[in-house]
Amino acid sequence: MQSTLTFRRYLVLVAIMLTASFGDTFLSIGMRQIGPVSIHHLSSLLLAMRIPWVLAGVALLMGFFAAYLTALSWADLTFVLPATSFGYVLIALLSKFWLHDPVSLARWAGILLITLGVGFVTRGPSYTPHAPTEPATPVLAGQASAQAEGDLS
Amino acid sequence: MKHVADPSVWLMIGTIVVLATAGDVSLAGAMRHIGDFDDIRAHSGMIGAIRAVLKNFRFLFGVLCMALSFFALLFALSWADVSLVAPASAALTFVTNAFAAKWILKENVDRRRWFAAVCVCLGVLLISR
Repeated sequence: MQSTLTFRRYLVLVAIMLTASFGDTFLSIGMRQIGPVSIHHLSSLLLAMRIPWVLAGVALLMGFFAAYLTALSWADLTFVLPATSFGYVLIALLSKFWLHDPVSLARWAGILLITLGVGFVTRGPSYTPHAPTEPATPVLAGQASAQAEGDLS
Repeated sequence: MKHVADPSVWLMIGTIVVLATAGDVSLAGAMRHIGDFDDIRAHSGMIGAIRAVLKNFRFLFGVLCMALSFFALLFALSWADVSLVAPASAALTFVTNAFAAKWILKENVDRRRWFAAVCVCLGVLLISR
């Protein structure tokens, strides 16, 4: 496995954390305004799209999706998921120091465990090299074969 | 509001986890097949990069699974205990993704990554209490 993380790529991982955390929070606030949705009236989920909190949450989650796809193109899934889970810690810390919510001992233990997991995975390699396959983009096929020739020589 | 003892809650959590895992693995497989997104964008521009992504069947299947998982989560959040559904589905997805990445994507999930996945899974459960 190899580590290919640059400063810019760390920024992409941070963007994933921030957009996912705040996007989920905004969606949660918005869905509470709708109330319970019955399985027989799923169309009421469409009404959620009129709520500003839901719209803001969806916009943030679209940003999350773009950053997530970018990260998956140069790192393994089992690297990206734990590495970006620090967002959970961020939300807990925001609730403690900004919203002044009480943080229980269990929550501090959770923060410690997530930080431990993130620290472990980010100190390791980010990508598992596989046997070269034909790239989806024809333009890059030439680049890939030239690179493979360069690697062999 | 349905609670932890209700089997329908766990059925809903299972549905969210299966759909989210299928979505994550499909998207990861698609992006690995497409190649480094930054390189494609530098070479073909943003339009070319978006075209390369949208032409990939695995990507489209992954997006469908993620969309279904998203609506299943929205649905569940509206009638089940949010402090159970959100952390349980998120935590379980970390573990199922590790298994799926190892066996489907052939990623090298070494002890370091298993440890990280388990730590994050337990951490998510604790932090949501």
